[in-house]
Amino acid sequence: MARLKLKEHAINREWCKGCGICIHFCPKQVLELDSMEKVVAARPEDCICCKLCELRCPDLAIEVLTDQDEKNE
Amino acid sequence: MSVKDYLRERYFPHMWCPGCGHGTVLNSLLRAVEALGLNKNDIVMTSGIGCSARISGYVDFHSLHTIHGRALTFATGVKFSKPELKLLVPMGDGDALAIGGNHFIHAARRNIDMTAIVMNNRIYGMTGGQFSPLSGLGKKATTAPYLTIDNDFDVVELSRAAGASFVARTTTYHALEAVDLLKRAIDHKGFSVVEILSQCPTHFGRKNKEGDAVNMLELYKANTAKIGSKALKENPALLARGIFVDENRPEYCEEYEKIIQRATGGKK
Repeated sequence: MARLKLKEHAINREWCKGCGICIHFCPKQVLELDSMEKVVAARPEDCICCKLCELRCPDLAIEVLTDQDEKNE
Repeated sequence: MSVKDYLRERYFPHMWCPGCGHGTVLNSLLRAVEALGLNKNDIVMTSGIGCSARISGYVDFHSLHTIHGRALTFATGVKFSKPELKLLVPMGDGDALAIGGNHFIHAARRNIDMTAIVMNNRIYGMTGGQFSPLSGLGKKATTAPYLTIDNDFDVVELSRAAGASFVARTTTYHALEAVDLLKRAIDHKGFSVVEILSQCPTHFGRKNKEGDAVNMLELYKANTAKIGSKALKENPALLARGIFVDENRPEYCEEYEKIIQRATGGKK
């Protein structure tokens, strides 16, 4: 399987409630809360596209877009 | 199709509290449905009352938001009249096993083809944090300020004894595992039960000093182990996760069809 390449973290700020689950369980500490208590990708360059944030998000507010996805579509 | 295509996005952001595990259950369930490539017109979701029951409003399937504890009875009605449809029945712990306790065991006994998902947060969240039959001994709740003296049900053992032909348990921390178990449960022909431990940081977590949602997920990680794992063998006090029952048994609608054939002599 080809390694996934990060395009961007699509974060829906309207839906995010800032619970911090994605931030805490990110294996690479990519995510942070901003001053509005919404999640932002502070260090996207460290992201390994494991998509655990996307899987656990109770608000369905984060999506890890990768290049692999684009080819699949 | 992507997960979002199965959502009624106009109702978002949803009404669940920040960090509520029910959102993760919704997330996992949609991924399971997507992975199975199911058509949303072939799926019916029925739900009862409570925080968990609100899930049927957020999915773009056929949905029935019904009365307390009766999600399985409505599902039985739908399945009986249209056996070709897939029935998904998410329920809260109280909805499934207190108010709907009898419906739950009898649906399991009949082995009717549907997927019951018990979103177990161990408390009645919507009405203000009363203890439920799954709270367990020595827990604090609005209605148990001096701790509960009630024993809890074991959903897995109860479902097994009642006759469910597929029984599994996981948690919202183990989201990938939840997707996999839900896929297998939906695919299973017969009554399948998936218990998903789901954190309620607002009531259960706060009253029982389990911290916020993140901390409650850490507890799921620390206090559960896969069936057959070394960790479980060394420490049987851990809660087992995985598939407990997976058997092929005569399914109710198919058996009923046979009765129709017998009664009409094959000329329907």
